[in-house]
Amino acid sequence: MVDFEVVSLPEADNPDVGETAPDFTRPLVNEEYWTDASLSSVVAEGPTLLTFHPMDGAFPTTYIWNEFDDRGFADDVQVVGVSISSPYEHTALLEERAEGARLFSDPAADVAEAYGIEHDLDGMSGVTEPRPAVFLLEEDRTVQYAWVASEWPAFPEYDEIEAAIAEHV
Amino acid sequence: MSESDPQITLYRLQACPFCERVVRVLNDLDLSYQSRFVEPMHSDRNVVKRVSGKRSVPAIVDENTGVTMSESANIVEYLQNTYGEGGAA
Repeated sequence: MVDFEVVSLPEADNPDVGETAPDFTRPLVNEEYWTDASLSSVVAEGPTLLTFHPMDGAFPTTYIWNEFDDRGFADDVQVVGVSISSPYEHTALLEERAEGARLFSDPAADVAEAYGIEHDLDGMSGVTEPRPAVFLLEEDRTVQYAWVASEWPAFPEYDEIEAAIAEHV
Repeated sequence: MSESDPQITLYRLQACPFCERVVRVLNDLDLSYQSRFVEPMHSDRNVVKRVSGKRSVPAIVDENTGVTMSESANIVEYLQNTYGEGGAA
């Protein structure tokens, strides 16, 4: 018996492979500024790895972006993150890691809800964020690869992502 | 970028009254614009320096006319002269 707890999450209702990822418009943060942008306008520029992560500052967020950086995903595809953190927090994150990535700010977690991956945080009343999830999208937002956390905490299947990029991009 | 994208880009700082002044004039003149928000620290505003030559906001880039401009009083005057009643555009 282990003496720590990994929480099983209820079944997600996310867009799956072959389906179209929902479009949305939110402030999109780069290293220099933020501006309202639609997912569709971003994805139209090329294949995109859309990654939902916990709020900036949580250790899974740090681990996820460090691993993305180590593997150089941003060299091969557009890398776009989504969390409930503010543009100011995203700006600070981009100074430290997530090189070449851009980050959507979705404070009310409406995008997480549209993707069927919302996660009400225990012990933080009123705070909902996306559960970790990764989608590889082609230019028309068709999902080519999807991974959604089924427990908390959980980390993306980095080798699978790498294989999906190699296969589709 | 599609053809429907606004031709005017406004570099602004959240809660900056000089920026809000420009926003009011843009709205009064019924002009569409895209906001780009920058950081409060001057040293973190390289993008504004690059486009306008200065780190101050507000700054606008107007693709219609090729004009890039800083200082809210100058911008307001430019917008009214260009897009206001009897304006050039």
